[in-house]
Amino acid sequence: MSEIKKFVYLNRKAPYGTVYALESLEVVLIGAAFEQDVRLVFVDDGVYQLTKGQTTDGIGMKNFSKTYSALGDYDVNKIYIDEQSLKDRGLTIDDLQDLTYEDEDDDWAEKSSINVVSREQLAELISEADVLLNF
Amino acid sequence: MSTLHTVNKSPFERNSLTTCLSVAGNGSTILLIEDGVAGALQNTTVAQSISDAMGSGVKFAVLGEDLNARGLAKDRVMDGISVVDYAGFVQLATEHDNVQSWL
Amino acid sequence: MKFALQINEGPFTHQASDSAYQFAKAALENGHEIFRVFFYHDGVNNGTMYGVPPVDDRNVQQQWSELADKHDLDLVICVAAAQRRGIMDEDEAKRHGKGASNIAPKFRISGLGQLIEAGIQADRLLVFGD
Repeated sequence: MSEIKKFVYLNRKAPYGTVYALESLEVVLIGAAFEQDVRLVFVDDGVYQLTKGQTTDGIGMKNFSKTYSALGDYDVNKIYIDEQSLKDRGLTIDDLQDLTYEDEDDDWAEKSSINVVSREQLAELISEADVLLNF
Repeated sequence: MSTLHTVNKSPFERNSLTTCLSVAGNGSTILLIEDGVAGALQNTTVAQSISDAMGSGVKFAVLGEDLNARGLAKDRVMDGISVVDYAGFVQLATEHDNVQSWL
Repeated sequence: MKFALQINEGPFTHQASDSAYQFAKAALENGHEIFRVFFYHDGVNNGTMYGVPPVDDRNVQQQWSELADKHDLDLVICVAAAQRRGIMDEDEAKRHGKGASNIAPKFRISGLGQLIEAGIQADRLLVFGD
C-alpha cells in the first residue's frame, strides 16, 4: 500500500455498558498491521475506557482494560484525551492509565502516548483526518 | 479540510449534537439525519447554539425524508437549515473532504 | 466517487441499516461506486438468512442482497463480530461444529482488515450506527 492515510478512531462511549469500546479496540489492533497513521481520540464518555483499576468479576464480563497498555507495542502511540470531557465528569488525567510506547528513534526510551487536548485541538484532529471511524 | 458531520441522535436524547457543535469549524456542514432531525426545528433549546454555529461559518442541513417520517413539516425547520434528500446527502459527502458520523 | 459504508447495527432495532441502504441507493443512482459495505457489531445480523419480517414492511436483509446482486456490491460481515453473534457461512459452521450456515445471499464473512482496507481504498467512509 503506497498511500498512508490518517485514520482517527473516535471513542465516545463508556466500556461494558455497550460492546463498542471492546470491539473498536479490536479494529485498532487489526488495523495496526496496515501501517497507516493512526490516532485514537477519547471524548465524552469514551474517557471512561481508560480508567485505572477496572475490576469486572462482579458483572461477569471480561476485563479488557489491559489491552490498552499494549497499544504502544502495536505502534499505536498517538492518543488524545479531551480535557473538557474529563472535567465534565469530575475526572483528571491521573484517573486514567498512562499509556506508553518505546521510541525507536530515541534509543527505545519509554514515552507517554497520551496527549490531553482542548476542543480546538480536537476540531483540528477531526478536520485533518482522512478516515474517521466511529463506533 | 472541510468536514461533513452527520448527527443521527436527537439532542434531547444524547449529547452528540452538542459535542459536534463544539468542534465543527468554519466551512463544515452539520447534517441532521434519523432522530437527529429533532435538532432542526425552530424554538428548541438548541436553536441558539445552532444559530451561534451558523454565525461562525458552519452550514446546516437536515434530511427531508427523516423529517417527513416523523411528521415534522419543512416550514418548522429553522431558517438557514437546508432540507436535502438522500441524493443531497450523497452530494454533501462528495463536496466535503471527510465525513464524521456522530452516533 | 468511491464510498465505503460501515454499518454498526442490526436490522429493525436501529435505523442505521436503512439509512445506509438509502444512501447506497442514492449514491449508485448518481453514478458513484460503493467500494464495500462492512457490517460490524450487531450489524452482522443484517446478513441472517432466517429473517421473516412481516410482509407489509421492508425486508432489510433481502434489500441488501438484492442491491448487492444488482450492482455487484461487496457486503462484508466481520468474522469476529459474527462469531460472537452466531452468523456463519459454510466454512465457519464446519469449523465450529455448528449444524448449518445461516448467512444470506451476497454477504461474505471476512476479517476486520477489510474495513481498514475499505478506508484506505475509498474516497469517503461513512458510519451508520447507534
